[in-house]
Amino acid sequence: MQPFDSNSATEVEFVTFFTGGQSFSIDIRQVREIRRWSAVTPLPHAPAEVLGVMNLRGSVIPIFDLAVRFGLPPTADNVRNVVVIAAYESQTVGLLVEAVSEILSVSPDRIQETPDLRSDNSRQSIIGVIPVEDGMTRVIDLGAVIQTGKRTLQ
Amino acid sequence: MSQQVSIRDMFFEETEELLEALTEGLAQMHAGAHDDETVNAVFRAVHSIKGGAGAFKLTALVAFAHRFETVLDEVRSHRLDPDADLMRILQRSADHLTVLVDDARSGEDTHGAQTPEFLSALDACLGGPAEPELEDLDGSFGFSAITLDLGDIAPAETPSGQPFTIIFWPHKGLYANGHDPALLIAALADLGEVWAEIDLTKLPDLDGFDPAKPCLGWTIHLTTTESETEIQSVFEFVEGLCDLHITAQHPVISSDPAPEVLVFDIAPEVLVIEPSVAAPVAESADRSIAEARRADAAQADGGLSEKNVPKPTLRVDLDRVDRLINAVGELIINQSMIAQRVSELRLATDADVVTHVEDYRLLARDIQEAVMAIRAQPVKPLFQRMSRIVREAADATGKTARLVTQGEGSEVDKTVVERLADPLTHMIRNAVDHGLETAEARIAAGKDPCGTIHLSAAHRSGAVIITIRDDGAGLNRRKILEIARKKNLVSGDAELTDPEIDALLFLPGFSTASTISNLSGRGVGLDVVRNAVVALGGRVSISSTPGQGTEFTISLPLTLAVLDGMVVSVAGQVMVIPITAILETIRPGNEELHVVGTTDRLLSVRGKFIPLVDVAEGLGFARPPNHPEPQTMLLVETETQGHCALIVDRVFDQRQVVIKGLDTNYGAVPGVSAATVLGDGQIALILDPDALANNRVLAPADARSTTKQTEGKLLATV
Repeated sequence: MQPFDSNSATEVEFVTFFTGGQSFSIDIRQVREIRRWSAVTPLPHAPAEVLGVMNLRGSVIPIFDLAVRFGLPPTADNVRNVVVIAAYESQTVGLLVEAVSEILSVSPDRIQETPDLRSDNSRQSIIGVIPVEDGMTRVIDLGAVIQTGKRTLQ
Repeated sequence: MSQQVSIRDMFFEETEELLEALTEGLAQMHAGAHDDETVNAVFRAVHSIKGGAGAFKLTALVAFAHRFETVLDEVRSHRLDPDADLMRILQRSADHLTVLVDDARSGEDTHGAQTPEFLSALDACLGGPAEPELEDLDGSFGFSAITLDLGDIAPAETPSGQPFTIIFWPHKGLYANGHDPALLIAALADLGEVWAEIDLTKLPDLDGFDPAKPCLGWTIHLTTTESETEIQSVFEFVEGLCDLHITAQHPVISSDPAPEVLVFDIAPEVLVIEPSVAAPVAESADRSIAEARRADAAQADGGLSEKNVPKPTLRVDLDRVDRLINAVGELIINQSMIAQRVSELRLATDADVVTHVEDYRLLARDIQEAVMAIRAQPVKPLFQRMSRIVREAADATGKTARLVTQGEGSEVDKTVVERLADPLTHMIRNAVDHGLETAEARIAAGKDPCGTIHLSAAHRSGAVIITIRDDGAGLNRRKILEIARKKNLVSGDAELTDPEIDALLFLPGFSTASTISNLSGRGVGLDVVRNAVVALGGRVSISSTPGQGTEFTISLPLTLAVLDGMVVSVAGQVMVIPITAILETIRPGNEELHVVGTTDRLLSVRGKFIPLVDVAEGLGFARPPNHPEPQTMLLVETETQGHCALIVDRVFDQRQVVIKGLDTNYGAVPGVSAATVLGDGQIALILDPDALANNRVLAPADARSTTKQTEGKLLATV
């Protein structure tokens, strides 16, 4: 699996954010906007990482708690929490995170393939890692996050 | 190829409109309107269908339409009298034409075998078999109508008054000044009998054609009691802008006004384009010529009346309309959010922002109504189709019946109109088959032997109410109860009230007809009707008076984009339950609650035991701690479980909510049909009472044991 063309000289941009004390990032082209956290309406029979739905200018969008998604304790209620609104194919979803840190511009060859991870959930939803100054950031496969959410539903 | 398909689609769309016009015209004729205009409209409809069908080589359709047209032509030229018998044949033929069009569209041949029968009936009207002349198969629609109809306008009766011949050649200036020959001719028609003939002799070849140069002239034969001055006054405003010759004639009209009688004294300078003519002038002249031509064609085509000119319409992709409706829904929500914020500011009522917000509210509502109206369609075509169903059903059962419709102009959402066709057909057939008595029985009961089915539509408080009423014998309740007992639909000793017995008709598998007829009584009964109506968010009810008839009432939402809901709270969450499902709200006392086993609870309502469904439990939501046990219940009617009582915490109010799908961004959620956005911007789930009631039966009890509370947030895992 080679999600990015390593030969390409152009740099790829990522939005990085913190959740559950870890750094994650997402392809900037998938990010639509970043919003303040507001109360959600819980959905019945939803997997644990689906917090509920919120109103984005009249559209009903599901909000995923990324921390729960990666097996970390649920994100604690905090007014500083933000929601990253991202689009995947025709779907629009929101990801609850603790803080958005920066926009990272890296050349594709700096993205390393995910090392063998034990947790299925994590391995399926992370397409690579990027080394940064104070460690690394995990590149999220948004499609897998959404899909797993659905699979658990059934 | 795809172009071909789309033209074909367009033909069928237009044919549908033509069939509507045909049915309407025939209904008017049936009601006694035998004027030329109505008959012409009917004739034109059939003629256009024939022409269009010819272009697509739909031979079966063409052959039938041709014979039909021949008979109508006879009626049109007063050689055949449209008496009751002929009208019946014409109406049945129109029905058959509709069937043939449907066949042609689907490419199947379901009723083609009946064609000879109808053909011979039509032939019988003509007094013998007609020649199957099909020479004008193609290209006959459009222009031929002019020649056909011109003869009609000719004074058939002996003209009274003085005949005049008016030769009228408009100059360019006439058009440039915005005059219209058609209007002048129409003005002449006010004076007396007019027979206008267009002179095309000056029409140049295409290469010599100059759109800015008028090349049409008219010879107008006018028979009037008015003086010549009066005629001249019609042309008062175009004096100098045309060549006009008015000659009084001896009271003998040339039956063949050949073009050579015309005087061609067009001033040469008119025909030469002046180099100084400014482009805009030429353009407007061009336009007015085109308009004059169109008007002229319309006039020749439609007699001298313009009453039937259809309103201009625009075909728009449905997706675009839906996108607009969606955006307007969001606008409304945004508006109510702003209004709420402003009201929280507690400003003086005359503050600028308060008045602006109020204006905004009105504007937003206006836009919403206008946009909703785009999808709205009158129920008229649907009702017209029903008169055909009544005729067919009456023929099949040997009864005589007529359909009386009311409120055809009522508008409902397009989808509602479409999806209502089947249930309505079913109910109309039922009304004729089961509702009406035979003619003998009706006479014995002192009624008109011809039964009447009333079909009406009316708007009532945000819903459209459709009623189907027959004046038959009413429901035989004893028999209904007997059948229901026999089929084990009710227990043998149950005492049922009259409305409860009537409601048995809606149970699946109920059919009262003792013999299975071709028409109804195939086991699919009113339960199918009810399901279809419920699927549209509507309700159907029944009432009957012995000896006087039965009435079915269908109540439907005007649009599928909004829904009337009861706003409730469940486990601290605000939710919406569709009002159509709710029968009543109950606050039962303890003595009315009964426990079966350890978990199942029943509520007794007027002696009947109804299962209780705890909504919070069904959705997997836990109640916040110290939350009092809710005592409010909503009695709902479900398709599969009958009556159920839903336990909710509180009932707030009833309101209209905009439906938002959950599928786009998330997926289906059990027990929830959709979501909506409340005035404060929060999302509320719209519950599906049916799924909740089913869940009670199907879901194992362990769904409850996994429900847990996580750090104050209500989260459920399955």
